[in-house]
Amino acid sequence: MFIDTLLIGISSGAIYSLMALALVLVWRSTRVVNFAQSGQAVLSTYIGYEISVQTHNYWISLPLAILAGAILGSLVDLLFMRLLIGRAKSGPIAEIAPVIATLGLLGLIQSLIGLIWGNAFLHYASPLSGKGFTFGSHTIPFSPQNLFIVIASAAVLAIFGIVFKFTDLGLALRAASFQPEIAQLAGIRVSRVRNIGWSFAGAAGAVAGAAITPTSTLSPNSLDLLFVSGFIAAVIGGLDSLVGAVIGGLVLGIGFSFILQYIGGSVTFLVGFIILMVVLLIRPRGIFGHKVSRRA
Amino acid sequence: MKSGLKVSDFSVEYGAVRAIHDLSFHIVPGELVAVIGSNGSGKSTLIRALSGLISPKQGSATWNGISILGKKPEDLVRQGIVHVSEGKSVIPELTVSENLALGGLWRRDKLDVSIATQESLAIFPVLASRLNQRSDTLSGGERQMLAIARALISRPQLLLLDEPSLGLAPLIIEQIFVAISHLQNQFGLTVLLVEQNALSALKIADRGLILNLGELVKAGTPAELIADPELRAAYLGF
Repeated sequence: MFIDTLLIGISSGAIYSLMALALVLVWRSTRVVNFAQSGQAVLSTYIGYEISVQTHNYWISLPLAILAGAILGSLVDLLFMRLLIGRAKSGPIAEIAPVIATLGLLGLIQSLIGLIWGNAFLHYASPLSGKGFTFGSHTIPFSPQNLFIVIASAAVLAIFGIVFKFTDLGLALRAASFQPEIAQLAGIRVSRVRNIGWSFAGAAGAVAGAAITPTSTLSPNSLDLLFVSGFIAAVIGGLDSLVGAVIGGLVLGIGFSFILQYIGGSVTFLVGFIILMVVLLIRPRGIFGHKVSRRA
Repeated sequence: MKSGLKVSDFSVEYGAVRAIHDLSFHIVPGELVAVIGSNGSGKSTLIRALSGLISPKQGSATWNGISILGKKPEDLVRQGIVHVSEGKSVIPELTVSENLALGGLWRRDKLDVSIATQESLAIFPVLASRLNQRSDTLSGGERQMLAIARALISRPQLLLLDEPSLGLAPLIIEQIFVAISHLQNQFGLTVLLVEQNALSALKIADRGLILNLGELVKAGTPAELIADPELRAAYLGF
């Protein structure tokens, strides 16, 4: 029973990690908490769903959904955030306007989805079974689709890790997020690099959406709770740290899984928020956040 | 056309505050010019405007005959104009070698990037032994060396140095200024050195410009400036 609960926790934790990673990527480079992230992820998932309906092939739809997520992330930055940050440069509105705008964008995306696909629950089918693996007579609640979620998330995290640590692009991304002005003076095209960051975030959200949705249903709001968990995970991890986001996601996923198993479903989210509050009260910069505050 | 840096009728304003007013000067290629002035004299503003971080209100600035105004800092770097900003101009979260690598990221000629890196490390050997350390573990002087070394990897023609002596001990300042002078002589770099530390800067400069409240007070060779008792008392502080 313990192992079952742990496996389920890892599976949902992996998804939270991806969402948290998407949030952290945008936060690090633009200092904006992107509430539209769940909208972008769900729209990418709808695009994947549509492709799977047309092609009857989940494996074709998945990379295209990820690509759509990346393009969507880039467009949100180009058409929306840059314009807004450029216009609201000073005064109290400058800090809050982009965040409020992402909330507006979330509403816009979800309404748009409603207009195109309606609000009914859709099923995004995967060829992988949603039934748990069976060992002898014992069936565990961990299915091939859950295994795929873990593998896909691990692959995304590994790719990001390699890109960030070992490539020129990764160095440029880190430099642009840590100290944009110094990066610029070193010749890095910071706004272009930031845009790539938005694409990465969009892609990570799309992987989360397209991997988890076959285990439940698809609707304009179906990823909202996932986003909230991702947000809590990101804050636990310090909002600034990619490693923190991953660990925050796993801690939360495994924690929720055990609470669900041993205490009950009604308190899981309550516990999530309690964890969030405790972290914010005791260690406001998160477990992996940097000590020094940086220039935005 | 190698005409160096020409700045004419240059004015910069922050809202209603006039930071630089009608400034004109010319630096010939290979020259090291020190801009001296106290806090608020507009010298950092000048360097920020020349490197594209802020826009001037009016005036012109050209490097070898091509206007440098209205361009982004990253484009000016590609044009050979590199600004080493004041104080903390390295990225503390990155290692020394990563900070160095930043200077060459945009360059296609990776072979020359590695040659330039070796040359920079030869000028600042202390960095060579710290390549894998995070740069926030470096001393202030080492950070300044790292910032200049990174700039060199971009193969600059015009180096804009903003107060490289800020917050450093006299002995370290001496070392850094010797290195700057060496860059001018060895690589033929044109250097605009903004400094509050007038004595150290004038020691290595070919000419000095004294700024006060955004206006040019006097331009001349270090000997001329130092010989003027009024300037010494009012602006040079020695």
